[in-house]
Amino acid sequence: MSRSWLFPILLILLVLAFALSLALGSVRIPLDQVVRILLGGEGEKASWTTILFDFRLPKAITATLVGAALATAGLQMQTLFRNPLADPFILGISSGASLGVALVVLGIGVGGALTFVTGLSLFGNLTLALAASLGAGTVLGAVLLISQRVQNTLTLLVIGLMFGYLASAIVTLLIYFSQPERVQLFSLWASGSFGGVTWEQMRVFAPVALLGLFLGFVMIKPLNALLLGDDYARSLGLNVRRARFWIILSASLLAGVSTAFCGPIWFIGVAVPHVARSLLNTADHRLLLPACLLLGASFTLMADIIAQLPGSQRVLPLNVVMSLFGVPVILWIILRQRQLRQSFAA
Amino acid sequence: MLTTSFLTIGYPRQVLASNLNLKLRSGEMVCLIGPNGAGKSTLLRTLAGMLSPLAGEVLLDGQNLHRLPPLELAKRLAIVLTTRVEAGNLSAWTLVSLGRHPYTDWLGRLTARDQAAIRHAMELAGCLSLAERPIHELSDGERQKVMIARALAQEPKVLLLDEPTAFLDLPRRVELFQLLRRLSRETGVAILLSTHDLDLALRLADRMWLFAMNGDLLTGLPEELALSGALERVFATEGVYFDHAIGAFRVHQPVRGPVSLHTDSEGVVAAWTWRALERLGFAVQNGDVRLHLHVEVLTGGRWRLFSSEGESEHTSLESLLAALSEF
Repeated sequence: MSRSWLFPILLILLVLAFALSLALGSVRIPLDQVVRILLGGEGEKASWTTILFDFRLPKAITATLVGAALATAGLQMQTLFRNPLADPFILGISSGASLGVALVVLGIGVGGALTFVTGLSLFGNLTLALAASLGAGTVLGAVLLISQRVQNTLTLLVIGLMFGYLASAIVTLLIYFSQPERVQLFSLWASGSFGGVTWEQMRVFAPVALLGLFLGFVMIKPLNALLLGDDYARSLGLNVRRARFWIILSASLLAGVSTAFCGPIWFIGVAVPHVARSLLNTADHRLLLPACLLLGASFTLMADIIAQLPGSQRVLPLNVVMSLFGVPVILWIILRQRQLRQSFAA
Repeated sequence: MLTTSFLTIGYPRQVLASNLNLKLRSGEMVCLIGPNGAGKSTLLRTLAGMLSPLAGEVLLDGQNLHRLPPLELAKRLAIVLTTRVEAGNLSAWTLVSLGRHPYTDWLGRLTARDQAAIRHAMELAGCLSLAERPIHELSDGERQKVMIARALAQEPKVLLLDEPTAFLDLPRRVELFQLLRRLSRETGVAILLSTHDLDLALRLADRMWLFAMNGDLLTGLPEELALSGALERVFATEGVYFDHAIGAFRVHQPVRGPVSLHTDSEGVVAAWTWRALERLGFAVQNGDVRLHLHVEVLTGGRWRLFSSEGESEHTSLESLLAALSEF
């Protein structure tokens, strides 16, 4: 039996994580004050209003959207490629984004203007977001073009992997020939952060992410048909090529926009779909996709709270926290269910 | 219902069969048989619209099947493929509900009408009791019924099945054949299945399509195909021949020599003794004429062997065969 009764709990979990991420940080703001300030009231301290509206709220919204986006994209890729290890970046999207950023940060000429960019404003830099988007978009375009020509979905997977390797190789080459401080700047970007998205950038980031999520919902029915494999999906009247196009477009928009604004965030995309399958005990995307959305957002918010080391001035790299704290939790959930094989026995 | 006119099937560089004029009528169960590689799967996939014909056309209700919009085709024709489906963690009910894909809205929501169709399909396929079970826990036979229910949920007029009995044991095969036959009778759906179960096909098919390696496709009643020698020709290979009397293939062995078998009663024991002697390589003849090697089936599980070296009595088939293998 699928456990759709879990949805209210997942929703409460998300609200809780969201509230905590607003309340916790280097300065602790009591929850009742958070609510009062959000509702337009005066906080006990004037600085709290600034902290909430200028920093924590956009950051929490970003983390929510990125978590939802990457978990959804991961689910789509795992089903499309019938592969439990598939993640949002499997088609080389993040490698493309990395290449774009690497070219700007490490590259000759353009990078010159960025040498004074500090770590904090690195993520707020629209040039970088643009470079990452361009890189991701180039790879996406190539993959979509090829997806319309190849019959076999697995071929597409291999081609995507190859794109990824190619981009990574160029990035490595760029790192090899770059000055240490620029390399450090690049690795800072590569470790991920939600802190750089300002309200200005939110106007680009949020609509694109929401568009990707909306496309994800539209593609739920085709994803379910694809559970039976391409042949059965066709026999059900599905235009497999067209469905594949839209699914890849949705997943790539989600992965691309997340990477462009927050750096490559690993782990969420591959792990959360498995947790959703375990918790809900089904492969039906009508339940899985909303669950991934909620779970992904909650996990990401919590990881970000931990990364902030509440009460201290230090911040841990996001990807490190994801793995250190996320892996044990997720291993426990998945091993307890022992159904990975059943879900991907093909 | 489903007809083909001058249909040529195969692949760009390999024509498997040409100028096929076939007719599949509603309420009829047709078995497609033939050796491996003759093109059974290719024909099925072409009829299902998954492969384009090289020439000619397939007509479904008088319309060119390959020009029908995919969703329209899915409402009229369903297929059960031979590949074992690994669809992940789904209940049988949810799997069958996927068959409603051509009918549901953009989110795949099931209306009361869809629910009723799913229930009906599972009832017809005899798997409603499995509805809540996850498919990876089902046996091969149960799983095949669920796959048939999924196809029926499309409410097709034509149902194609590619070797549906491939993974099943004998009782499950018989059950599946009977299920399909009942479906064709009760729902009027036209059923075409490819199979290697010649024996079951001969007994239960309304009609047989017989695929030969040279691309010929012979159609007719099973009995007609047997009598005309068509079956024999298609499957003829070294060491195998078709026994017209019993309607099954027999395996030739190098013949040792003639032996006569006499029996008074107990037809079953005689029949199996006959087979044992054949397996050993003897040319068995009816015991009315006594040959110099002669076996009599006695009552109470005993056999008597007469030979040039005298006579001996045996209390088991094994000892009889041991004695006979001396000759």
